[in-house]
Amino acid sequence: MSGKREIDEISGVEVTGHEWDGIKELNNPLPRWWLYTLYGTIIWSLGYVVVYPAIPGLTDATKGLWGWSSRADIRNEMNMVAEGQKAITDKISAMDITAIMADPEVRAFAISAGASTFKVNCVQCHGSGAQGGPGYPNLNDDSWLWGGTPEAIVQTIQHGIRDPIDPDTRITADMPAFGKDGMLTPEQISQVGNYVLKIAGLGNDEALATPGAEVFKANCASCHGDNGEGKQDMGAPQLNDAVWLFGGTLQDITHQLNTPRHGVMPAWEARLGDTKVKELAAYVLSLGGGQ
Amino acid sequence: MATTTLIDKQDVKAVNTGAKTAGSLYAARKKIFPKRAQGAFRRLKWIIMAVTLGIYYLTPWLRWDRGAHAPDQAVLIDMASRRFYFFFIEIWPQEFYFVAGLLVMAGVGLFLVTSVVGRAWCGYTCPQTVWTDLFIKVEELIQGDRNARMRLDKASWGPRKLFLIGSTHLTWLLVAVATGGAWIFYFADAPTLLKNFVTLQAPFVAYATVGVLTATTYVFGGLMREQVCIYMCPWPRIQAAMLDEDSLVVTYNDWRGEPRSQGTKKAAAAGLAVGDCIDCNACVAVCPTGIDIRDGQQLECITCALCIDACNGIMDKIGKPRGLISYSTLRDYNHNMAVASPAPGVIDPHRVRNALGQFVDTLRHFEWRVFFRTRTVLYSAAWAAIGLALVFALLTRDRLEVNVLHDRNPVAIKMSDGSVRNGYVIKLLNMVPEPRIVKLSIEGLPGAEISIAGLEGVRGRSTDIPVEPDKLRSLHVFVTVAPQLLKAGNTSFRITASDMQSFESDVYDAIFEVPENMK
Repeated sequence: MSGKREIDEISGVEVTGHEWDGIKELNNPLPRWWLYTLYGTIIWSLGYVVVYPAIPGLTDATKGLWGWSSRADIRNEMNMVAEGQKAITDKISAMDITAIMADPEVRAFAISAGASTFKVNCVQCHGSGAQGGPGYPNLNDDSWLWGGTPEAIVQTIQHGIRDPIDPDTRITADMPAFGKDGMLTPEQISQVGNYVLKIAGLGNDEALATPGAEVFKANCASCHGDNGEGKQDMGAPQLNDAVWLFGGTLQDITHQLNTPRHGVMPAWEARLGDTKVKELAAYVLSLGGGQ
Repeated sequence: MATTTLIDKQDVKAVNTGAKTAGSLYAARKKIFPKRAQGAFRRLKWIIMAVTLGIYYLTPWLRWDRGAHAPDQAVLIDMASRRFYFFFIEIWPQEFYFVAGLLVMAGVGLFLVTSVVGRAWCGYTCPQTVWTDLFIKVEELIQGDRNARMRLDKASWGPRKLFLIGSTHLTWLLVAVATGGAWIFYFADAPTLLKNFVTLQAPFVAYATVGVLTATTYVFGGLMREQVCIYMCPWPRIQAAMLDEDSLVVTYNDWRGEPRSQGTKKAAAAGLAVGDCIDCNACVAVCPTGIDIRDGQQLECITCALCIDACNGIMDKIGKPRGLISYSTLRDYNHNMAVASPAPGVIDPHRVRNALGQFVDTLRHFEWRVFFRTRTVLYSAAWAAIGLALVFALLTRDRLEVNVLHDRNPVAIKMSDGSVRNGYVIKLLNMVPEPRIVKLSIEGLPGAEISIAGLEGVRGRSTDIPVEPDKLRSLHVFVTVAPQLLKAGNTSFRITASDMQSFESDVYDAIFEVPENMK
């Protein structure tokens, strides 16, 4: 590497001595300002180290002069969002659900806000599309155990159903265990089961359904209505329709007659507050069920 | 030919010679003081500068009446509402392919221009070149031409130097502020923004944008200039792939210039053969990147053609034909060099001239035919095809659209009467700046009815929906089929949006889904 410098003939430029398959690297000088730019970026990075969190320790890192943190950043951002939404959330808290649904702007906001609250608190039972499942009501349809009017939905979310903690929760005399407690014989249960299938239009044994009508009138009509139309203020489900919470086969109905199951829904007002409850109701109403 | 006109040799050296063997790892920038050029190409460059800067500064101030529901600025990029207005054309974000198409055309156009006339983009229209040109002109107006500027540069600092250099930089900064300032008017209503800007009520981003563009214009046009072209720009590197032997590039014609000599009279007296180049260095003195075109094609050459102007001026003065430096193809150059060279590396001026001093017929000169080559024809065809496709797309595009998204969770809902309901998010796009009543209807799917969340009382198979001007209206639409008409599986039907006044309509082929257990 000593001695005379080698000069490339064509360009007249010195070569570095690096060569690959006969191709030699020319030693063109870098512009000086380029070097100064590199120094500039190094100085700039020192500024970063001073003002931002930079040097890691065992349990923590240096805080930096500006005290910046990504957590504080997101907190500020969330506060700013909340502040920006304050005008409309104030409106929602002052309006009742009917008024909210009548105001397009407030309604649109309430539905979006309700949807996100729903995703956090409600999907565990009612499903991410609010389609429910066996034992958990579908909120998209037009069949409502405790009423599907805007006010009834708000009340259900506020105080829950059969929630032992909320004194205003809706709870009525539960359906008796007709089979287990021996109130009806197995034969009567089979008869009334077929009668229920008949009024629901689900296909039945006519020979059993005819005597079943009498059993129904004596034992069931007081809550479920003479024609099985249900009573929403008692939470007694409509029986002459196509929607079945615990299943619509003879086996499912028999199971319910023997050992009835009763849904429980927590009260949400204490946890979410009045505004969020109304937003949730607006979201549920937007699903196209509602009454 | 002997001449009585005395041409002084310019004291100038190409910046890219000498430093190459300096041995230092880092090279300091050599100052360049481009001399004022005069001629056809200089005039062309002034015209192009006036046109391009004129378009840039004035466009945002053109008005275009679009009625009461849209802005009246002819060219406006409305980021907040996501609309792009260009005279009679309005583009929504999903129509961005028009812009993509224009960019592809710009790309192909660049290939075309480069294959025909080399780096014409670099030399005439690149903003770096245009603004550098402008900044050099400012420098020249304040400090004088090349020699005066060099004297001033060497002079020691005093009030005069301070005043001249200071006012140059101040003028550059004013130009830079105007440049950055013009940019922001493309993004908001120009008169309103100008008023807010000077009264300090414009948004921060406006000031930041003007600040950044002022800084880059000042630094790139005033301070860095050719350094941007040589060290920062990737374009010179890409050139090699786009030029071919038939591209016209700025060329020093060695075959008629060499051997160059300052003393043509003495040489003639001594019986030595000399070429047309009198080695006056005029071509080097005017070069804005500070190179010597006589060294051949170089990365640093932006083909601004000012050396052609300079040399033609000299040739006129000494009574020689123009074109010692000219736009020539490599093919012609090689041919003429072969005519002139009795042996490699030797040029005999007698071989290209006859006894009367005229050029021999075997030499090749510029011909229009070089414009029409397979390559340029293909580029032009591709360019025109994309352009026609864009025009066709523009003329046939929809201004009323319906977009449908079938609810997925849940797909289908069984209602208490046994009917089945599917939900759809339907977006009606009214893409004209007028309010419209859009008739939304379903076709096919017997027994189906629609209802819409938030719009009470809508029942049936069609409904009229008012849509605000230039807006999208999103609806959650439920389609319900009565139990006796239910068919398990997927049934196709059509969702139609139509404007009964303009007879525009758009159709979406939708699916109604009934799961087996809901039949």
